Amino acid sequence: MSRIKIDLSRMLCPMPVIKTQNQVNRMLSGQELEITCTDPGALNDIPVWARINGHQILAANQTDDEVIITLKVGG
Amino acid sequence: MRSLSVEQLNLINSMANKHKAIALISGGLDSMLAVKVIQEQGIEVEGINFYTGFCVEGHTHAIRNQDKEKQKRNNALWVAEQLGIKLHIVDVIEEYKDVLINPKHGYGANMNPCLDCKIFMVNKAVDWIEEHHAQGFDFIITGEVIGQRPMSQLKAKMPIIAKQSGANDRLVRPLSAKNLEQTLPEREGWIVREKLYGFTGRSRKPQIELAKQFGFDDFATPAGGCCFLTDKSYSDKLTDLWQAKNAKEYELDDIMLLKVGRHVRPKANFKLIIARDSGECKFLEGYRKEFISIRALSHKGPMALVDGDIDEGDYDLAASIVARFGQGKFADEVELDINIPEQPSLQISTAPFANENMLQEWYL
Repeated sequence: MSRIKIDLSRMLCPMPVIKTQNQVNRMLSGQELEITCTDPGALNDIPVWARINGHQILAANQTDDEVIITLKVGG
Repeated sequence: MRSLSVEQLNLINSMANKHKAIALISGGLDSMLAVKVIQEQGIEVEGINFYTGFCVEGHTHAIRNQDKEKQKRNNALWVAEQLGIKLHIVDVIEEYKDVLINPKHGYGANMNPCLDCKIFMVNKAVDWIEEHHAQGFDFIITGEVIGQRPMSQLKAKMPIIAKQSGANDRLVRPLSAKNLEQTLPEREGWIVREKLYGFTGRSRKPQIELAKQFGFDDFATPAGGCCFLTDKSYSDKLTDLWQAKNAKEYELDDIMLLKVGRHVRPKANFKLIIARDSGECKFLEGYRKEFISIRALSHKGPMALVDGDIDEGDYDLAASIVARFGQGKFADEVELDINIPEQPSLQISTAPFANENMLQEWYL
């Protein structure tokens, strides 16, 4: 299954969520999206957005500088 | 007349055509309660949240050190999760410019165009329903309470919002509905008016009580609303920005930078944005390719951006002001680096600007 990557570095809440939402709306069920952010709030917000909209978080990791989240688009 | 129980209403709605509402979700308590009141009548609700660029939460706790320990959550998303509803977040940054720059109904105490803003957002919800007509949304709900806020929530303004937004009688305010004209969903029996509320005034007690009834014990209650434009300090900086540009215009970076740092305008042609902690330093470093930036080399000190058309003759003034906010403020001389995008950087040695010479009106 294909995986799409988007870099949302420097964007601050809620722009990473909006960009993630807009990208997911263009994708098909089952596709995976890897999101790179620098706003630490994304570590909470993107998984919440994914949960309430029926998408699955596959991984969410934070380093000193980055948050990387991988999700699978729901049906 | 005997009223129907929630279970009976749910059953009736599930047997009849299921009606759906879209709710404007700010992340505060009122919109949360408004949704819950309508959900209790068996209506399916989804949320919509508009991002104007001036929303208080989010940015600040991603930037300042003092906010790092606060819970990093987007309140609108959190509310949606508590209510079990979908939330659509819509970027309206570009369209919102006209609302802020040319408010037909004017500004509030600061640069807040609250009435135009509410009309705009309800209108955007109307547009959203039309764009997503296949999903079958029937009406719009908001958490507006009559008299809660001085500009946009006066009783006389409620019909204006309904009319000028184009929502008309499809706009339901569940928390104040009993004090307003009947709406279409009430007349058609999609929702029961008796099960709506008649809250008025600035007191939050009825909302707190209702929250308790619903079992909500954690909710956001921002003192000045959820918008930077209601803040005097922020509004002053925005006014200064427009004066400096000689035009009422802005880009997203402009309004983001108004939220960050200490803003000092020693001359009409430029201002300094001086970081107040390491979090802000890191944030401002992200703008080094677009702005001239200044930082002390010989001492620890803050990152500063130069916003405006600074003359070379002003470099010493700018550098000396930045020097006074660092650890070299009592030194005879501080060496600073002036980074100019796409040009070789300059090193300058200067005495820190004397505190007594800093004019109060320079601080924005």
